[in-house]
Amino acid sequence: MNNHLFTSGHTACSGCGQALAARLVLDAAGKNTIVVNNTGCLEVLSTKFPESSWEVAWIHSLFENAAAVASGVEAALKYSGKKESINVIAQGGDGSTADIGLQALSGMLERGHDILYVCYDNEAYMNTGVQRSGLTPFDTNTTTSPAGATSSGNIRPKKPVPEIAMAHGIPYSATASVGFPQDVQRKVKKALSIKGPKYIQIHVPCPLGWRYDPQSTMQVGKLAVETGLYPLIEYENGKLAAVRQIQPKAVEEYLKVQGRFKHILGNPAELKKIQDIADSNILKYNLRLQAQEEKQSKEG
Amino acid sequence: MKEFLEGSHAIAEVIKLCKPGVISAYPITPQTHIVEDLAQMVADGKLAAQFINVESEHSAASVVLGAEATGVRSYSATSSQGLFYMAEVIFNIAGLRLPVVLTDANRAISAPINIWNDQQDTVSLRDAGWIQLYAEDIQEAVDLHLIAYRVAEDKSVMLPVMVCMDGFILTHGIETVDIPTQEQVDKFLPPYAPLYKLDVDNPMTIGPLVDPDYYMETRYAVQKTQEETLKLIPKVTSEFSKVFGRAYNGLVEGYQVKDAERVIVAMGSVCGTIKDVVDELRSKGKKVGLLKVTSYRPFPVQAICEALKNVPKLAVLDRALSLGSYAPLAAEVRSAFFGKKKAPKVISSFVLGLGGRDITKHSIKEIYRLLTTKELQQEFIDLKPELLKENYE
Amino acid sequence: MFGPLIVKPGSSRKNKTGSWRIELRPKFLQKDCIGCKMCILVCPESCIEGAEKGTYKCDYSYCKGCGMCSLICPKKDILMVKEESSKSGD
Repeated sequence: MNNHLFTSGHTACSGCGQALAARLVLDAAGKNTIVVNNTGCLEVLSTKFPESSWEVAWIHSLFENAAAVASGVEAALKYSGKKESINVIAQGGDGSTADIGLQALSGMLERGHDILYVCYDNEAYMNTGVQRSGLTPFDTNTTTSPAGATSSGNIRPKKPVPEIAMAHGIPYSATASVGFPQDVQRKVKKALSIKGPKYIQIHVPCPLGWRYDPQSTMQVGKLAVETGLYPLIEYENGKLAAVRQIQPKAVEEYLKVQGRFKHILGNPAELKKIQDIADSNILKYNLRLQAQEEKQSKEG
Repeated sequence: MKEFLEGSHAIAEVIKLCKPGVISAYPITPQTHIVEDLAQMVADGKLAAQFINVESEHSAASVVLGAEATGVRSYSATSSQGLFYMAEVIFNIAGLRLPVVLTDANRAISAPINIWNDQQDTVSLRDAGWIQLYAEDIQEAVDLHLIAYRVAEDKSVMLPVMVCMDGFILTHGIETVDIPTQEQVDKFLPPYAPLYKLDVDNPMTIGPLVDPDYYMETRYAVQKTQEETLKLIPKVTSEFSKVFGRAYNGLVEGYQVKDAERVIVAMGSVCGTIKDVVDELRSKGKKVGLLKVTSYRPFPVQAICEALKNVPKLAVLDRALSLGSYAPLAAEVRSAFFGKKKAPKVISSFVLGLGGRDITKHSIKEIYRLLTTKELQQEFIDLKPELLKENYE
Repeated sequence: MFGPLIVKPGSSRKNKTGSWRIELRPKFLQKDCIGCKMCILVCPESCIEGAEKGTYKCDYSYCKGCGMCSLICPKKDILMVKEESSKSGD
């Protein structure tokens, strides 16, 4: 509708964080953009023949190869002398990025293509029914890592894909959240102004998969950041350049609004493990707002 | 210009003349020399292409898919395991109607691992929707690449083409080859003009989700195009002969078939050996012949039936298998004649040369001899039964 | 010639997802609006439009009734009301 490059009429669930993020990314990128999309919720909800919500040049090939197809698009544009004025964005969900597509992503980053890769992280294989992925957080209830009598859900922490991307020596690797939409657009614009491979991982709450009221997508996204469970960070040329500082909230505030964590709420031992993850993020990235200000006043 | 060249290098030379904008491949024996030569040409400024070194064949095929979809002619080469690793993308490229040209250096497939020549790799992907052309010698391999781009990019086709050349035998063999001039190639091969592409000034959505209400027609369209291409290929080879002076049918080639009593049907470099045996046996008064199949896909049913309808005995030579059933080429030749009024009385199937086992003139003579006996469902030639005994030493 | 393979851009606008709404719809009061445009920014359906403060409203033929606009509005100028209680075009 009006000037949006990801338009109305798509079949996303009501309150879908990924649909929102896709529009934010596209509007920030502008119409001189070619998008290569992996198979997943976003591709399926936006391109069911004969309807497409994309107002830009867009291609979908397979589940795991957006980064490689985009490499071919970029090479073709370079050959034709057109790369300067055209953005190439490769995108996919957490499953297609961190798991099955990690090899293609790694190759694209290593070769130094001028491509922005966007990962829409809803923390499971949502399109196929909420199965566990490499980006599913610790203790999350998914259909293939269910909570049960002998299990508290997913037993592994999130794969650190932004750091893996950064380790390839790329100029920009960042996380973002749909809970902070202007920040998403700022980071996309910033990335597209840099030459070379870029990676942005956007946290996109999923009302159906995470089990919360669709109205609260923004608030759930904000809580993930404000508890320290989803740090918003930017790496530039291998160094941590900026973080979003927080007044940390207890992880319980984030977990209690989602059905996928309800098995944790009555389990203090597991709750503590998750709080430890948040605390170690806060320490590692120096996220705590007060600590920064105190430090500044001491040095000042 | 005639040069004494290694097959791989000859292919690199002809690809250079086709001016692809994007080349992407992953190394696998015995394709490596083709891609290495192209890399050197790019490094020396002789070929203005983007040469993309990828981390797997799946990505090599994906890169050429993306490049072709952006309106730039592209090229890849692979073999055996590499072809299988990119198999998913192979089907995807045909389904998206992108006229990629790929060289496959025919090689046996794992397990067990074997790097030597047979045709199991490309024959196993015959269902993918690609056009498949098989070369008898290095000159034909060179010429088939030109024909491949011309056919693939034809507006009535828009399907990818796989040029199949026997690994080591043709890739590492050395022959006198006539490499065309750039002027000749430019005359024969117009620039790539896609029907649709990724274009920011004319955005399209490519590769949508297509549900049961819409899917079947896309597959029917590929089948229809393959059938129409049977008419196009001889037209293209006729144009080819006017520009380059070498004549091909493009679908099949009959050698001493007219009055033959026994004919072998085969694909690839083995046809050279068979021609030598035909000459030898003919000099002794035996009425034997060869039908070489060049275009395996689309399968030239009519051309085969026309050529062989009066031949009493056919031997179909397969260098591939369809494990659990009849050998692929044999099954298709038999099907071609089913229900036809004029057909050979005997169609015997022979499997040989797997995993690089040498096919000698003796093996071919054995096939002609076996054709005088009863019809054979599936006969393995040059098999070593002693190797089938349990032996763990 | 290829069958159903390529789709025109923006063709999803034929699909009026407004029919998905069952219970609630957003009512744009256009009273205390400060023109921050957060509602436009957060709508997953890209269906809120407006030029200046007090003019923002959604296209009900696409609105799925998620309520994100209502929750994000800093002035509580968007209320979620029962579907039946509004007349069409409200």
